[in-house]
Amino acid sequence: MKAKPETNIIAEPGRMDVSIVREFDAPRDLVFKAHADPELIKQWLGPKKYEIKIHYYHSKSGGSYRYSVVDKSGHAVATFNGAIHEVTAPERIIQTFEFEGLPERGHVTLDCTTFEALPGNRTRVTVHSVCRSQADRDAMMASGMESGVNEGYEKLDALLTKTA
Amino acid sequence: METRRDVFQAIADPVRRDILNMLTHKQLNLNSIAENFDISRPAISQHIKILTECGLVTINQQGRERYCYLQPKKMSEVSDWLEPFRKLWEERYTKLDALLENMQANPRTKKPKRKKS
Repeated sequence: MKAKPETNIIAEPGRMDVSIVREFDAPRDLVFKAHADPELIKQWLGPKKYEIKIHYYHSKSGGSYRYSVVDKSGHAVATFNGAIHEVTAPERIIQTFEFEGLPERGHVTLDCTTFEALPGNRTRVTVHSVCRSQADRDAMMASGMESGVNEGYEKLDALLTKTA
Repeated sequence: METRRDVFQAIADPVRRDILNMLTHKQLNLNSIAENFDISRPAISQHIKILTECGLVTINQQGRERYCYLQPKKMSEVSDWLEPFRKLWEERYTKLDALLENMQANPRTKKPKRKKS
């Protein structure tokens, strides 16, 4: 089995942003496509045990998207939407992101995903996510904590075994 | 209602994070903690109560004063607070790894009709 690349999270205390950095063992065109084609996005974006149901996804500059995370019975557990500011193949996607389940609207993040070609047909993806306040940033991290803790490693292990 | 009492609940509130920061330098009594905040003493007491219930802070009676100090072992769980968020993305990206591998291995099985624009 190949060593799995590390996912690095950079979230300094007292700031409104977080960066997620990860390398992929695939050429940049392909990695970009997996982030820009809704049919491909839905195959990896969802958390464990859930699927992604796309309501609409216009993956282009000036586009927009809305999708739900649905359980096995098709019940939506969370819905997200955003405006797509820029889709520039194969280097950059900029969009907003909003979780519709919050008590009030307006807690939007601005996400810039950049794709950097590396030697050996590898690609580095950086997601830089800026919230509107420190509190929003910390709340976002906290929601990650909860789902991360709850979901555990089972599906990840299964995938690793399958791709080994 | 079940109340969560773990390190993540402890650090979910900014006042409690500030209290924890103060206690990393030295143990403090309730008054010296409270004077750093604009909120009422009972509110501070409540935060400290939550911190003790979460196992992060212990209260030690010294004469007439009650001093709060950190439980360093529990605090190490807080220092790993990014870990679950990282795992969430790792899980997602592990799926993407598999997808990319599949796309490279079987280029024709993926949406053959669609030309790249």
